[in-house]
Amino acid sequence: MNNGSQVFISLEDLQRNFDEVRSGLSPAEARDESNRCLYCYDAPCIQACPTGINIPSFIKKIASGNLKGSARTIMESNPVGASCARVCPTEELCEGACVLNHSTKPIMIGDLQRYATDWAIKNEQALFERGKKNGMRVAVIGGGPAGLSAARELARFGYEVTIFEAKERAGGLDTYGIVSFRLPQRVSLWEVKQVEELGVEIKTSTMVGRDIDPAEILEAYDAVIVAVGMSKVPMLKIEGEELEGVHDAIRFVEDTKTKELTHQYVGKRVAVIGAGNTAIDAATCSVRLGAENVKILYRRTQDEMTAYDFEYEFAKQDNVEFRWLTAPVRIVGDENGTVKQLECIRMELGEPGADGRRRPVPVKGSEFLLEVDAVIKAIGQTRHTALVEAFGLQHQWGVVKVDLETYQTSNEKIFAAGDVIFGDGQGEAMVVTAAQQGKTAAYAVHQKLRNSIIETA
Amino acid sequence: MADLRINLAGIESPNPFWLASAPPTNSGYQVQRAFEAGWGGAVWKTLGEPIINTTARFAAVSFNGKKVAGFNNIELITDRPLEVNLKEIYETKKRFPNHAIIASLMVEPEREKWHEIVKRVEDVGVDGLELNFGCPHGMAERGMGAASGQQPDLVEAQTMWAKEAARTPVIVKLTPNITDITVTACAAVQGGADAISMINTINSLAGVDIDTWNTIPHVAGKGAHGGYCGPAVKPIALNMVAECARNPMINVPISGIGGISTWKDAVEFMLMGAGGVQVCTAAMHHGFSIVEDMIDGLNNYLDEKGLASVQDLIGKSVERYSDWGNLDLNYRIVARINQDVCINCNKCHIACEDTSHQCIDMLADPDGNRYLQVREDDCVGCNLCSIVCPEDGAIDMVELPHEQPPMTWNERQTVLAGFKGN
Repeated sequence: MNNGSQVFISLEDLQRNFDEVRSGLSPAEARDESNRCLYCYDAPCIQACPTGINIPSFIKKIASGNLKGSARTIMESNPVGASCARVCPTEELCEGACVLNHSTKPIMIGDLQRYATDWAIKNEQALFERGKKNGMRVAVIGGGPAGLSAARELARFGYEVTIFEAKERAGGLDTYGIVSFRLPQRVSLWEVKQVEELGVEIKTSTMVGRDIDPAEILEAYDAVIVAVGMSKVPMLKIEGEELEGVHDAIRFVEDTKTKELTHQYVGKRVAVIGAGNTAIDAATCSVRLGAENVKILYRRTQDEMTAYDFEYEFAKQDNVEFRWLTAPVRIVGDENGTVKQLECIRMELGEPGADGRRRPVPVKGSEFLLEVDAVIKAIGQTRHTALVEAFGLQHQWGVVKVDLETYQTSNEKIFAAGDVIFGDGQGEAMVVTAAQQGKTAAYAVHQKLRNSIIETA
Repeated sequence: MADLRINLAGIESPNPFWLASAPPTNSGYQVQRAFEAGWGGAVWKTLGEPIINTTARFAAVSFNGKKVAGFNNIELITDRPLEVNLKEIYETKKRFPNHAIIASLMVEPEREKWHEIVKRVEDVGVDGLELNFGCPHGMAERGMGAASGQQPDLVEAQTMWAKEAARTPVIVKLTPNITDITVTACAAVQGGADAISMINTINSLAGVDIDTWNTIPHVAGKGAHGGYCGPAVKPIALNMVAECARNPMINVPISGIGGISTWKDAVEFMLMGAGGVQVCTAAMHHGFSIVEDMIDGLNNYLDEKGLASVQDLIGKSVERYSDWGNLDLNYRIVARINQDVCINCNKCHIACEDTSHQCIDMLADPDGNRYLQVREDDCVGCNLCSIVCPEDGAIDMVELPHEQPPMTWNERQTVLAGFKGN
């Protein structure tokens, strides 16, 4: 890899780079670890799980050899529990709350959750049944973690549920946005299949607002849950952004999950702008695609970055360089219109802004040039504001306003959950919180429609 | 360095750790390896008329992922010709003159048969004899082993027959498959036993395979009860040793057997009256080398306690073992939770709440920090909370000052009878 792009890396090698990093627990490891669980009463790990999985119960079931029951306990509370086993920041949630942190070391809850759900995937278990049809119809816009969770719960209550999914497959972030070596697509697609098997219709490649009119949906369904997540990465608004070799991190990761892996980054120098989890994903994907040097540029410092600690550690182990207090000012192209250099400026931290974080301020005259072959933008995500407005929902910069108890929007027939309500001080951006919001929205819909069923009767 | 040598009814051994009569002592090769590893003695796999063994033979019980919490076997006595065993005993004794070799014996309950076998094994130089009245399976169906060991008269008679011929000390090994082991122990003493050993294995079925519905183990789809041993039986064995040790009619040394896996177990048995111990399952689980820590740990323990000889331990706790009627009813302990050690798993709360006396409260301080607290007035001092507590030192059982003078049930009944008498 040292002499640039001449190095040959076979496609199989690239694919192997995208195999899951962590192997699952062996049966013996699962036995030992599950038996180590104290089976706490009123366990803090349950409290720390946004979906409230009965963790001691599912672990006890692994220990007793009741793997089906274990998987069911997990998926009961979290319809995307197989994905969450892999992507949850467990040290900040369940494992962080484990009482054994004060004693020995916390139980590997995420790994045990993966062990049980992997068993269910491998053994093609059907864990839930659809409810008796109640004659009501609910539309769910977006088939990501929030939408799937809402749809699954509604199907179990007996609703006829239709998911409108813009992409070719459902699963949202889990299917398209989380790197394969963390979360293989098959896991997310199993969760999708579990929901479909309850009779939920998933209309894929159907973008609301383009392929179907929101008004038509509102007319045809008794309730609507908007769970469209977020959109692409916004523009940097600097010169050279249109050059060949400038990428959107979301799209970049998606390509590694949906297309044949490309050789074009072998031996190349990649600069990733931003220091959130998506930036880490783009950087580690670049490394795995054979890039010789990958830098993450962030205009603030490590203290302000939004990436999880374990993601940061993971990127460092992948030899990703971190350049703090560095902001891009201009992308320089060659005569063919391809990225050649990235001009940056050093920053320093000034007074705290509205969000409490210290604002980065450019250091005058500190501009410098980086030689790069690709620039990947990972500075957040834009909103599906047009869709939100097409439904006539109150929002703040595309973040849908909801009642935080019921997730009901300004339209009493419409509920919203997941990343579409995240931001502006509202909610959390985790898969697991999206799942919980989807469940809660579904229960609120059921509460509302059940009442109307009673009134009608 | 304390003196680890023991003398059990005249049988001397460099340390109290003997291998029990079982698969580990099946041959000269094995016993010599054991002596090389450090074992002080070995009770040779029971000699008698050669038998035929089955496959499979062993099964074990796992508990919470830990293997061999208990162990079960359906193997019988030696299946090798007596001449071969005698030759190997002779060779082993010659190579290890200072180690104890005890021949375990089992023959039909006939005087001549006992005389004959005793004479033959003593001729090759054993240090003692152990009469196997305990084997609970197979041999018992032929009127030997536990079958004869469950009848006090047969125990007494056979002990006597063996003693008539024996020049070396005779140990009688007792079966636990009996209501009151002191009865057969007394019978052995009556018959002239120089010592008793206990326990042999407990009748057991290790398990049932829930997929095939076969017994565990099974022999071609059929099972039969086996003998249970290993860590799970230790409390049963310890009680039987203690009951014999505190019985004034049983005034012979005891060789303790049953679930002994570590030097600590050995110390417990000796404190409860054993003059030495025999080990099998732990060696079968881990190999002969485990004796190294047994010796080392025992040595360090004795040094720490300032005891010059391991024999100073024998029986030191026996006087503290009594009948329930002699326990002080006015003695009180209560649980106290150490907040700085507690990890808030709440196991003590739910154990007390669901299954004991509902006296551990889950509380929160003004800052919302949760903590557990015992209502001492309601605490009966049952120990359950401290038993289920996973964190060492989080719960202390604290002794309270006597509010009433000590009084046992027996004393109470005596006093009441006195009132009635008046």
